[in-house]
Amino acid sequence: MQLWSEMDSSWVSHTLLMVSGTMTIADLEKVSVRMGATQILRDITLSIGPGDAIGLFGSNGAGKTTLLRLLATLILPVAGTATVLGVDPAGDGRYDVRSRIGFVGHMTGLYPELTLAENLSFVASARGIDLAEVDRCLAVVGLAGVADRRAEVCSHGMQRRAEFARILMTEPDLLLLDEPHSALDGDAVGLVDALVRRTLDGGGAAVLASHDRDRVAKLATDCREISGGTLV
Amino acid sequence: MSASFATQVATISKRDLLRERRSGEVLWVTLPFGAIALLLVPLAIGTDAPTLRRIGLGMFWVIVLLFGVLISIRQTNAETQPQRDVVVLLGIDPAAVYLGRTLASFVLLIVFEVVLSVVTVALYDVPLVGWVWMPVVMILVGAGLSLLGTLAAGIVSTGQSATALVPLLVAPLAVPLLIGATQTFEALSLGRSSLAWVVMMIVVGLLLAVVGVLSARSLQESG
Repeated sequence: MQLWSEMDSSWVSHTLLMVSGTMTIADLEKVSVRMGATQILRDITLSIGPGDAIGLFGSNGAGKTTLLRLLATLILPVAGTATVLGVDPAGDGRYDVRSRIGFVGHMTGLYPELTLAENLSFVASARGIDLAEVDRCLAVVGLAGVADRRAEVCSHGMQRRAEFARILMTEPDLLLLDEPHSALDGDAVGLVDALVRRTLDGGGAAVLASHDRDRVAKLATDCREISGGTLV
Repeated sequence: MSASFATQVATISKRDLLRERRSGEVLWVTLPFGAIALLLVPLAIGTDAPTLRRIGLGMFWVIVLLFGVLISIRQTNAETQPQRDVVVLLGIDPAAVYLGRTLASFVLLIVFEVVLSVVTVALYDVPLVGWVWMPVVMILVGAGLSLLGTLAAGIVSTGQSATALVPLLVAPLAVPLLIGATQTFEALSLGRSSLAWVVMMIVVGLLLAVVGVLSARSLQESG
């Protein structure tokens, strides 16, 4: 299948994560996160190394998305110590590592008024990536035929595919996926799996928050349950 | 791998202008409404030509200020949290985001000012004394309003203020621009130098640019 062969060839060029055997991708030690008066995460201890794929399960409101956003350095802990890609997410170092983090939330980050190609061109321009990559990545995720369609008229599944094209283009070392298999057809589910394997093969790591235990368990090297903001 | 600062500014600006072109918020809503506001005044006070001629320029700048505030803060609700996350994780310099958004607002404000100036001349028969200064003042007012509006939008996106309060925050701070613009032409009509007012608007713009750039990073992190 063309999709897989395209992915295979891109693995070769994927930059290997320059980490030593002892260095972790992310390290959380008794980390807590609070939103206003509400404690969302409590005493989270988690170590993610190169090649790790962590499956994160839990009911709605358990804290899965917050943990992903914490790992993405988008929110800061109020207690405990955290290291993401070798830097303290509360320090200025986070500005240097953010471009190495790929995050796909369960809500789309696409601009609805822009076409799929324009959305990816924005990413490419901002990152200094060759614009030819836009067409290539859209083709890999099966959206070449609808590249000029506005995101607002695309189905949720197509929007997810476009988000995966963004991840393909930016080649992150830490891949964070929130409900990655929702609203996807069979081909796109395979795409998620290939994205995760590609990241791991490049020396990176992935965290997948999901309710689809069976599917994620096949990909994950470790599965963790989160309940009431605590890893159990 | 990351684009240069200038490329990041241009990328953000291009994105905003493209989104605006598609949504047509300024072109099809704010601009016609501003023109209607200029039309309503003669209808309300009567078509007394000398009066309209006397107040025309002042009305123009008041409308530019009030509607310009709406244009410059339109981005307050234009970006969702997931979209903000994408921008943050692309590693774009927050100062580039601030300046890119400002540049897009500036372009829209210049279009707004040019169209409304034509409407003002047509409706109010404003004397063309000192109009060679008009492009300079339009640029300074447009730059000041866009810098101010983008800064205010950044503050509100931190979630510590209600969006509806943004015009109340911006409008008073834009008063120096209104005074500078009107007094420039007042001085010219009286045969005096308007340099002091122009310099004042330049200083206001520079101050806003410095504050906006220096606070961009902390505002992004608070969002």
